[in-house]
Amino acid sequence: MTATAVRKRSALTKGQLPKSAPYIVLAVALVVGAAILALIGFNAFGWGLVSAILFAVGLVSWSGAVEGARKAKDRLATCLVVGAFLIALLPLISVIWTVLVNGIPGLITPNFLGTSMNGVTGAFDNKAAEDGAPVLGGIYHALLGTIQITLLATVISVPVGLLTSIYLVEYGNDRPLARAITFFVDVMTGIPSIVAGLFAAAFFFAIVGPGTKTGAVAAVALSVLMIPVVVRSSEEMLKIVPNELREASYALGVRKWRTITKVVIPTAISGIASGVTLAIARVIGETAPILVTAGFATTINNNVFGGWMASLPTFIYTQILNPTSPSNPGPSDQRAWGAALVLIILVMLLNLGARLIARIFAPKTGR
Amino acid sequence: MTTNSLTTSQGAGRAGDKVFSGAAMAAGCLILAVLFGVALFLVVQAIPALTAPPESIQGGHGFFAYIAPIVVGTLIAAVIALVIATPVAIGVALFISHYAPRRLASGLGYVVDLLAAIPSVVYGAWGAAFLAKEISPAYDWLANNLGWIPIFAGPASATGKTILTAGIVLSVMVLPIITSLSREIFLQTPKLHEEAALALGATRWEMIKMAVLPFGRPGIVSAIMLGLGRALGETMAVALVLSSGVLTASLIQSGNQTIAAEIALNFPEASGLKVNTLIAAGLVLFVITLGVNMIARWIITRHKEFSGAN
Repeated sequence: MTATAVRKRSALTKGQLPKSAPYIVLAVALVVGAAILALIGFNAFGWGLVSAILFAVGLVSWSGAVEGARKAKDRLATCLVVGAFLIALLPLISVIWTVLVNGIPGLITPNFLGTSMNGVTGAFDNKAAEDGAPVLGGIYHALLGTIQITLLATVISVPVGLLTSIYLVEYGNDRPLARAITFFVDVMTGIPSIVAGLFAAAFFFAIVGPGTKTGAVAAVALSVLMIPVVVRSSEEMLKIVPNELREASYALGVRKWRTITKVVIPTAISGIASGVTLAIARVIGETAPILVTAGFATTINNNVFGGWMASLPTFIYTQILNPTSPSNPGPSDQRAWGAALVLIILVMLLNLGARLIARIFAPKTGR
Repeated sequence: MTTNSLTTSQGAGRAGDKVFSGAAMAAGCLILAVLFGVALFLVVQAIPALTAPPESIQGGHGFFAYIAPIVVGTLIAAVIALVIATPVAIGVALFISHYAPRRLASGLGYVVDLLAAIPSVVYGAWGAAFLAKEISPAYDWLANNLGWIPIFAGPASATGKTILTAGIVLSVMVLPIITSLSREIFLQTPKLHEEAALALGATRWEMIKMAVLPFGRPGIVSAIMLGLGRALGETMAVALVLSSGVLTASLIQSGNQTIAAEIALNFPEASGLKVNTLIAAGLVLFVITLGVNMIARWIITRHKEFSGAN
């Protein structure tokens, strides 16, 4: 009986763990982990951590005993790599969970999206916190400001970014100027956002006058951050337009600029549009540059060129750091998290939109 | 008639060509001008702070006494972020490029990219409201058991709003940058190198150690540098998470400050010379990050030339 069982194991698979080994070790690790945690006080995070360590130690030492040191090292590496991925997921899940849990009460407050903070004072917040009165105030002004500032930044960045990428791809030919632009665009992607804000502030302080803070200044600051992103993504997209299309157009006697506007750009438009959408998603959440350029308002401001302007990120920031009622920060926190939820939804929608645009406007392949 | 319309259209076309290529070139030059302008305007606005008498600068000992501790604080936060993020990011990149099932890989890459999509102010709020609270027992433990190491000297901050928490939040923010760049590099490893290693009997880890990592080393280095650039300039996470103070060696007490957070916290209410001081601080940050980014880009370009990739 035992003799046949031994003979059934092929020489090729000798000295290997069975395929089910990781699952067995995982089950044991989970049980032992639960037992250990039960002794010192149970919590889910600790259970996961202890089980993961037990799993790695158990699997590696079993593999080391049966399969030898090289295989054991391989298994250890696999455990570490998978572990790294799981660790990276933790903050993502935690952030989204925190924002959802804290943000939903704020978001479902009546008129949260439709009112500004005009006239909402600490007294109202105190009443809301102490007597359970409804939390007043909303993010209408901030939403409006964010949309205005981002739109203006897009209007500035897209033509400049798109034309630059056209220069790089169609006219640049690896000239020194093109190489310099490529290099400095790459460097520009690394400018800290607050420095971009300071630049816009310093620029307008020098041109218009000290203390100039308007939505337009913030839009300029955001453009500095947005242009390199637009250039990079459009450049990639223009590069993958097949040269045959350009040559076919030239062969028909079409001018270069007509070729670019009628052939090259329409072919690449899906990629360019999704790149622009991603760039908007990147700058819409920027806080620091708006903080130093547009100040923060509590009222609705429809004029990008005059007066302080609120935006969602700065609204979150000020509500957390300087609550409307310093003694009862609860209502302010609720509004801040509600705004954070709205902001995350906006960013996720833009990201999704970018993927949809890329799919919908993708050039028809014909076959 | 035909010739006429041809010549007229040619004339219009030539003008159109000139205008269009001129506009494209002007846009390119505008970008260079903007970058130059960033430097120029920062310098112009910073000069009053640099030349002002020392006692009129905040702290009363001149600009360099003011900026030195927050430069060190910025470096501390960035180093913490990189120490945590680098191994995890390389692990995640390897997982997506070489471990995950091929069909899941791009989806998982997208999940990691979602980390980059979350606005920094939300990370800051998360760090201040959730992470700091959850992590402060761990700081107590560190202070009690490892307090003899200067960086863990007690008493630990009761709120958990320390430079270490800020560094952890920063590490989450730089993780997607390092991951996506290293992933690209790992995917470019020549297939023949990998298959040769496997054919010689190497395990997967040995193959990665012998073929993938040596090939990707310059890419990893530049990815880390770019992550460093981001960590140095990140504002909101630090401004919201850290309860700032004077420069302290202990990472688990409140104290320390970074340049970006210092600017964000003080600029909105600043006036007069204080504005110039903060802009000068921004100039220092700009120079540091510019240097880091230029080195990173230089490594990437140099690597591109002889790798045959792209």
